[in-house]
Amino acid sequence: MLYREAGQFKTSYAADQAMLPILQDRIGILVILLVAFVGIPVFATDFFMGSIMIPFLVFALAAVGLNILTGYAGQLSLGTGAFMGVGAYSCYKITTLFPDTNIIIAILLSGVFSAIIGVIFGLPSLRIKGLYLAITTLAAQFFLEWCFIRIGWLYNYNDSGAIEVPQRKIFDIAVTGASATPMVRYLVIVSIVAVLSLVAANVLRGRIGRSWMMIRDMDIAAELMGIRPLYAKLSAFAFSSYYCGVAGALMVFMWLGSAEVEAFDINHSFLVLFMVIIGGMGSILGCFLGAAFIWVLPIVMRGLPSLMGLDILAATTEHITNIVIGVLIIFFLIVEPHGLARLWQIGKEKLRSWPFPYASS
Amino acid sequence: MELLNSIFVAPFVDMAAYPDFLIQVIWEGFVAGVLYSLIALGFVLIYKASGVFNFAQGIMVVFSALALVSLHEAGVPAWLAVVLAIGIMGVLAVSIERLVLRKLVNQHDAILLMATIGLTLILKGVGELIFGGEPKPMITEQLGLPTGSTDWEVFDGIVIFQHIDIAAAVIAVLMVMALGVFFSKTRIGRALRAVADDHQAALSVGISLHQIWAIVWFASGIVALVTGIMWGARSEVSFALEIIALKALAVLILGGFTSIPGAIVGGLLIGIGEKLFEVYWGALFGSGVEAWFAYVLALIFLLFRPQGLFGERIIERV
Repeated sequence: MLYREAGQFKTSYAADQAMLPILQDRIGILVILLVAFVGIPVFATDFFMGSIMIPFLVFALAAVGLNILTGYAGQLSLGTGAFMGVGAYSCYKITTLFPDTNIIIAILLSGVFSAIIGVIFGLPSLRIKGLYLAITTLAAQFFLEWCFIRIGWLYNYNDSGAIEVPQRKIFDIAVTGASATPMVRYLVIVSIVAVLSLVAANVLRGRIGRSWMMIRDMDIAAELMGIRPLYAKLSAFAFSSYYCGVAGALMVFMWLGSAEVEAFDINHSFLVLFMVIIGGMGSILGCFLGAAFIWVLPIVMRGLPSLMGLDILAATTEHITNIVIGVLIIFFLIVEPHGLARLWQIGKEKLRSWPFPYASS
Repeated sequence: MELLNSIFVAPFVDMAAYPDFLIQVIWEGFVAGVLYSLIALGFVLIYKASGVFNFAQGIMVVFSALALVSLHEAGVPAWLAVVLAIGIMGVLAVSIERLVLRKLVNQHDAILLMATIGLTLILKGVGELIFGGEPKPMITEQLGLPTGSTDWEVFDGIVIFQHIDIAAAVIAVLMVMALGVFFSKTRIGRALRAVADDHQAALSVGISLHQIWAIVWFASGIVALVTGIMWGARSEVSFALEIIALKALAVLILGGFTSIPGAIVGGLLIGIGEKLFEVYWGALFGSGVEAWFAYVLALIFLLFRPQGLFGERIIERV
């Protein structure tokens, strides 16, 4: 009833090419942005912002990055964690070498280094594809992890081997470091994620994004139609790694505060991959849904036993969470390979024709 | 100049100066390589028959070995524990085929890979839930596996051979031979090869795909159990093995996804290569090169020969 585009006519080319052609969608996005920028900072507790929203946004951004590569360009990658690490370590180097740099610029710049590394490890994708490529991304994962441990220059030869986030201020407000409040960090991160997601959504429906999808759907046909695989694949790697790098920098600077190599290990690569699978391959919305689902599920699972008055060990709930996520992945792959985003799509279609489902075409 | 020397000259001088140590290093690498080969063998079996890239092979190794050890801890005699562990792998194979593979027939490779990643999580969760997460010693003696070691005096030095390592190599050879006979002489084995060649043609001559898939998962479950026993006997049974098992993926790239000889040769190459590299060239990079040597070798190899050592040529049709 509410969600219907009847009466909305496109009268110009600009309207025809709008990202959100339906009025209700535009209103929906505005409401979400209002909630994110005003509602949550005003009403939510520090715990909610610091421990739920910030990690959720970090992982959502990483999932956007992986989804660009896997969902849109069709190149399976298992090295997301390492690319996030590259972003985090380069951000750390930038901000310690040039302490006067604006921290936001440092974070955005660190993605560039991640993109360069991503292109280097994307080079094999020109010769190989599919499963073989997935394994070569493991090479990136393990090699970079080793670099983070062995190359002391990366963490300024700390004794602990960890990168500690220094305090940085913008307009005299602490943005990073121990004294930065969750609200400030949340606002910074939500702005960056919102802008980058908007950019991603537009790149994906533009010329570059369409060339990625052509490569994904059938690379030889795409080549025959004039898409250059070299540019298409490497640009997908570069874009994807840029997003992962920024997500990694945000993860350390806005959320963890300090990080060792374990923060970027292969389990994190898998975690982001699960978010993409469950959220929906080839959907920006899916990245957010998947990240919310995978991040919130363990928190709920931890809380459930005490709510029900059961006394279960923390380790046990963790194992059960593992099992539940595994079952859900297989369930989604069997029942709905396009993930939560597709379910949302189906729901919207149903709403459109409600209450006369048989009347629609 | 010094760098060139330490890359091209010094390691070889070292090798020539202490040949006994060189033999020891090669032997260690050989044994590690045998174990990589065994894991890769499990991958190849499943990939050939069903086109599924089984990411869960590593966790299957851990799972089966843990089941065996835990059964024995619960008071079951060793031989019965082995039988029961094989039974568990059989039940697992049938249920995986029933609940997962059957529903995902004809799906894209990547989808199947991700399903096995999901399977990995489930097995890991179930394993930790039932058997506990802490490492356990393998019941080497109860299984009748040899312990102790033999010294071999050569080139004014000694090379130490652990008996369990020799046993591992022998068992691996026996198992590959058994698999070879199984594939070429038995009815089921021939059906397996037919399925590997062409699913539809196999179906049309009355071979049941479901049955074959269950059998092949069972077979790689047994391979996993043997690998788990051998690996457990060398160190201990723990979930850390899973990460090491990922190296078998690099082995697969070297050997090709569909070739059993490839899995073995690839495993030995990587096992020996990484040990030699770690010992003689590792100092150049700082230690720990073993963690990535296999993958980087595979990556470089792929650039020149994407189909692997023994893989089938990739022919693209439009």
